[in-house]
Amino acid sequence: MTKQLHLAAHFPGVNNTTVWSDPASGSQIEFSSFRKLAETAERGTFDFFFLAEGLRLREVKGKIHDLDVVGRPESLTVLSALAAVTTHLGLAATVNSTFNEPYELAKRLATLDHVSGGRAAWNVVTSWDAFTGENFRRGGYLDKADRYTRAQESLRIVRKLWDSWTGDELVLDQAAGTFAREGAGAFADDGPHFSIHGRFGLPPSPQGRPVIIQAGDSDEGREFAAASADVIFSRHGTFAAGQTFYKDVKSRLAKYGRSEDSLKIMPAVTVVVADTDAEAIEKAAYIREQQVSGPTALVLAELLWGRDLSAYDPDGPLPAEDPVVGSSVTQGRVGYNDPFPIVAEWRAQAEANGWSLRQTVINQQNRQTFVGSPTTVAEAVNRHVQENAADGFVLVPHLTPGGLDDFVDRVVPLLREYGVFRTEYSGTTLRDHLGLSR
Amino acid sequence: MIIGLEIDGAGADPAAWRGAEVDPRALLTGELAVRAAQRAEAAGIDFVTFADALEAPEDVPDRVSVRLDALGLAARVAPVTERIGLLPTITVTHTEPFHVQASVATLDHISGGRAGWVVEVSTSGEAAAVIGRREPASAAETWREARYVVDVSRRLWDSWEDDAIIRDASTGRYVDRERLHYVDFSSPTFSVKGPSIVPRPPQGHPVTAVFVRTPEALEAARDAELVLLPDSDEVAAQLQALRTSGIAAEGSRSVPVIVVSLPVEAEEVGALVEEIGRWAAAGIDGVHLRPASLELDVPVIADQVLPELRARGLTGPADRGGSLRGRLGLGRPRNTFSGSAR
Repeated sequence: MTKQLHLAAHFPGVNNTTVWSDPASGSQIEFSSFRKLAETAERGTFDFFFLAEGLRLREVKGKIHDLDVVGRPESLTVLSALAAVTTHLGLAATVNSTFNEPYELAKRLATLDHVSGGRAAWNVVTSWDAFTGENFRRGGYLDKADRYTRAQESLRIVRKLWDSWTGDELVLDQAAGTFAREGAGAFADDGPHFSIHGRFGLPPSPQGRPVIIQAGDSDEGREFAAASADVIFSRHGTFAAGQTFYKDVKSRLAKYGRSEDSLKIMPAVTVVVADTDAEAIEKAAYIREQQVSGPTALVLAELLWGRDLSAYDPDGPLPAEDPVVGSSVTQGRVGYNDPFPIVAEWRAQAEANGWSLRQTVINQQNRQTFVGSPTTVAEAVNRHVQENAADGFVLVPHLTPGGLDDFVDRVVPLLREYGVFRTEYSGTTLRDHLGLSR
Repeated sequence: MIIGLEIDGAGADPAAWRGAEVDPRALLTGELAVRAAQRAEAAGIDFVTFADALEAPEDVPDRVSVRLDALGLAARVAPVTERIGLLPTITVTHTEPFHVQASVATLDHISGGRAGWVVEVSTSGEAAAVIGRREPASAAETWREARYVVDVSRRLWDSWEDDAIIRDASTGRYVDRERLHYVDFSSPTFSVKGPSIVPRPPQGHPVTAVFVRTPEALEAARDAELVLLPDSDEVAAQLQALRTSGIAAEGSRSVPVIVVSLPVEAEEVGALVEEIGRWAAAGIDGVHLRPASLELDVPVIADQVLPELRARGLTGPADRGGSLRGRLGLGRPRNTFSGSAR
């Protein structure tokens, strides 16, 4: 049987994907931008709308990074507002489990789930650094291993709170005066990180409980997702890497008593669509160039080299020095554990193609996943899904908020023609869209 | 007079949910709150507050034992209203100040400058037990901390200057980092580095309100911009205390806006209007109406009370807009960091 695919829209920001200098680039803050992109996603019958999170402004060499989009509103508040202006679209918030208390998280996410009629999702971020912890009462002092176990415990407790109402306690009998059965929502938990008890004041929403999304590529992360997640948000957008990842993660489900359908694999990808393949390739090259200015190329290279490269000309050759491991040149984003082979590859490619530093960064780091005419893109997207490189995709546009218009207007109709994507929503909750049980 | 309205479940009367006019499911979807806010807005009411507490409501047989998070509910109301101020109750004792200020700033962004918050503390064992981070503390201790939370929130709202986003294509810079500021805030119980993740809200500072239920809250209300006083024999003395020592945020006004919180039942329209008139004469800035039933009493407030107040010249036209600060007569605060690093 033909597999049905799943699509989500990411509101882009705070990295060099967003081409903020483009005249078509709108506000990254105003609600109208969020509303516009969400409406586009809902017009395209997407499964959900996805917001990332940042809890401290990133730094480069001790100063706030100023080249990319900086600043964004708080996710759960924005999504609660979007619940008012959308009717079917799932609403997914990335929320860090290190810097939040499980009870409060459970309450805020359950509120979103109720006011949206069962459309909420939580993307569980499992660990972050002490740099971020400087903004919080607690969390920043934990070492990496403890942050991970705290995340697991936090997720377990949040689910326990959501499940503290088992189903039939909400009575709503006005004549008898019984709103809910007494004792509904009672909970107690005593773990290494949290010792809490009380009553949870929200019953299950129409989808039972919010959908759990997990991003993570390490062995621990894959296992965590196989045990607990409904959607895994991966970085493997290429076909071969996608298939390998897909097979690995799906094979882990059986030991948790789960079917392969119960966890959807959705890599984050970029898409460039134009009238013809040739035009799309040209447009994609132009976008990459906009995404990587000279100063941005230097910062991205510094992230790999772990060194101050400000003396280098981005249009000149690659730095001759060796990279430094474990450097703190940049703060607030993921570095490289083993930069040496990557640097060697960059040097080989620069040599072979005569590339400058900036051209090397553009060509080595900023690949688009799907580039081509509407037919080329639709066929490629569908092939990835039918041949088990993914169950669907989280689309990351390079423009806010109009960056998905081409995909929704030109590619989605083809996917619908192929019979692999819905023409209208068949259910009302996010679990319905994802084909997950309640 | 400034007129506010309280949204608390189906109404302040614990039995309100049992009325035939109420669909109890609408409590959970937020529809009851949306309808009340829209009716209040159409009538020209200036703001709504959303009641909340960290812990679940009391688990008593004939009561509503569930409650939505006030901030989420206010955000749900924001896009379907245009002019009314939105003030969720936020308990700051167990929460992270950094998240709280970011959420309130976000409510201000999504509502186009209509956000505030009712700062609340928790001394209860129940709230401490559901979070598990610390033991319950006294009113004095929790309000002392709450004042630090208000202070750091205002600093974080200022941590982005209004013009920090420059989008300068010629240098490739999206922001001017000289217009972003570390707050380096330290209090006895928490510290925050900053800057905020959210650019400065449209109002500069969303409106900080305090509902005075204890002497300690009255002390803390001196830092507030909007004070809700319960209707009691002590109002005159409280008013005097606030008028003589108010130190509301710089750049707004020297004393907070003070309103008295009044219970409302639909059958008492004449008496209510008279009472509001008396409070106006006593020098109170406004009233905060607490309807017994949202479904029954809000339409009466909208259709009868507000027109009568308007006829007496006690309140402005229904269709006036503007920010919440504007409606309350508060100026837009100057940014304390403005120009400091340049």
